[in-house]
Amino acid sequence: MGAFFRVAWHVMRKDMTVEIRSREILFTTVLFAVSVVLIFSFAIVREGRAPDDVAAGILWVAISFAGTLAMGRTFERERYNDTLRALILAPADRPAIYMGKLLGLLLLMALVEIILLPLVGLLFSAPIFAYPIMLSMLLAAGTLGFAAVGTLFAAMLVRVRSRDTLLPVLLYPITIPVMIAGVRGTAALFQAAPDEPMARFWIGLLVFWDAIFVTLALWTFEPVMTE
Amino acid sequence: MRKLTTPFIALSAAMLLAAPWIINAAPYESTMGLVQKVFYFHFPSAILFLVSSVICGIHSFRFLFLKRQSADAWALSAAELGLLFGALTLVTGPLWARKAWGVWWVWDPRLTSSLLLFLIFAAYLMLRQYGGPGSDRLAAGMALFGMLNVPFIYVSVNVWRTLHPMTSVVPTLPTDMGIPLWFCFTAFTMLFIALLTLRATLEHQRARVEALYLAEDEG
Amino acid sequence: MKRVMRVMRVMRVWILLATLLGAPTVAVADQPQPPKEFVPVDEVPPGEQIPAINLVAAAYGFVWVAVLGYVWSIAKRLKQVETELADLETRRK
Repeated sequence: MGAFFRVAWHVMRKDMTVEIRSREILFTTVLFAVSVVLIFSFAIVREGRAPDDVAAGILWVAISFAGTLAMGRTFERERYNDTLRALILAPADRPAIYMGKLLGLLLLMALVEIILLPLVGLLFSAPIFAYPIMLSMLLAAGTLGFAAVGTLFAAMLVRVRSRDTLLPVLLYPITIPVMIAGVRGTAALFQAAPDEPMARFWIGLLVFWDAIFVTLALWTFEPVMTE
Repeated sequence: MRKLTTPFIALSAAMLLAAPWIINAAPYESTMGLVQKVFYFHFPSAILFLVSSVICGIHSFRFLFLKRQSADAWALSAAELGLLFGALTLVTGPLWARKAWGVWWVWDPRLTSSLLLFLIFAAYLMLRQYGGPGSDRLAAGMALFGMLNVPFIYVSVNVWRTLHPMTSVVPTLPTDMGIPLWFCFTAFTMLFIALLTLRATLEHQRARVEALYLAEDEG
Repeated sequence: MKRVMRVMRVMRVWILLATLLGAPTVAVADQPQPPKEFVPVDEVPPGEQIPAINLVAAAYGFVWVAVLGYVWSIAKRLKQVETELADLETRRK
């Protein structure tokens, strides 16, 4: 068990080290997420104001688009430098490599969301500080579910020809339930009369799905990545 | 299973031919009238849609984890049939809904997750088609995630209050409506089994052709 | 392989029968006294009633077309593969 987490930690640290030097993926992803928020805002603004209740939807759309891009790019980096084979050949538990990649992606998305949340709160007057703990739990659980499936699929597709278009095509139908739960829960917290039990329900559902997705992804990573 | 293909197809074709008369003899439903008769095709299609997802998931599991090569052909066939029966369900449903509910579509849990399952099948087939070598393994991994959707679809109408009729409606149908329903259900199921077998046979033959080409190149 | 060819032949006969008999039957099926909601097309007030028969016919029609289309597609591909297989087998000899 200790070895598993040690390997995961090493993989994650490797990714973080590379990323800190260039900060390429972090900056471009954050900027892309901000662009998404702005595009959607302009698309639905009427007479200078956005309709109510769109903040939650826009937030999660930005998270999912930016996340898809980020996961594609982290594995693209491996493919470009041909380090993926080295990873697979390493005498380490394959699922541990998956875990390391997942943790790296989660950290990246957390940084993106830290910037995204205040932006959305600002642009749409959303009460992001009203329920900080529940909101954080919602974001964490939703991002985990999304990233768990995404890391697996991005790894699967790394050597496939049309990987850029296939990743969203494969990822979205499976993670849309996670997105729906995230949006509904966030909307319940953002609305004029916040609905706490509702938000709690969605958090519970998200945690349930996260457990299933992470377990299934850990199982499937090994046979799918063997070539 | 292969020996049954011919009689199954013949029988199901005969039953589907007879279906319009049998459906016609069924009584009209009190609130929905004529348009409710879409139910006799919509319900079997929907059930077989879910069944094909389970079959695809099971064979994907066998292919991926138990390393059974032959399971891959069955997974692919089940996915194609899933696309077909999903299309049937998602077209007959809204046609019924337009008259019964007044709208073509609502975003309730069952319809949404059925649409997502349909998209998952489409994505699976697209991956197999355009993914290049090794995509059978990848698609199998994806199919496992897709299969998780199925229990959710089935249970959703009972958990959430929605426009869609609940699962408890079917066992309580009067006999007049029960007979055409189970008649159509049997016909569709036989068609499903026959098509699944045929499609898997096609896939196996293709594999043989490829093996022969390979042997030719080497020999 | 012969069995598969036989299956295909039987299927073609049934498909032909089904198309010839099924299509007009669905369109012309006798109806008992229609309930109060069902109004024949020429009496519908414009834009108010949706003729249910159109929707039902469209639904059944789509099912028939889709199923037959898929069966035809399998039959075509199967025939292709069979000829290729036979070709390869004779080449091997």
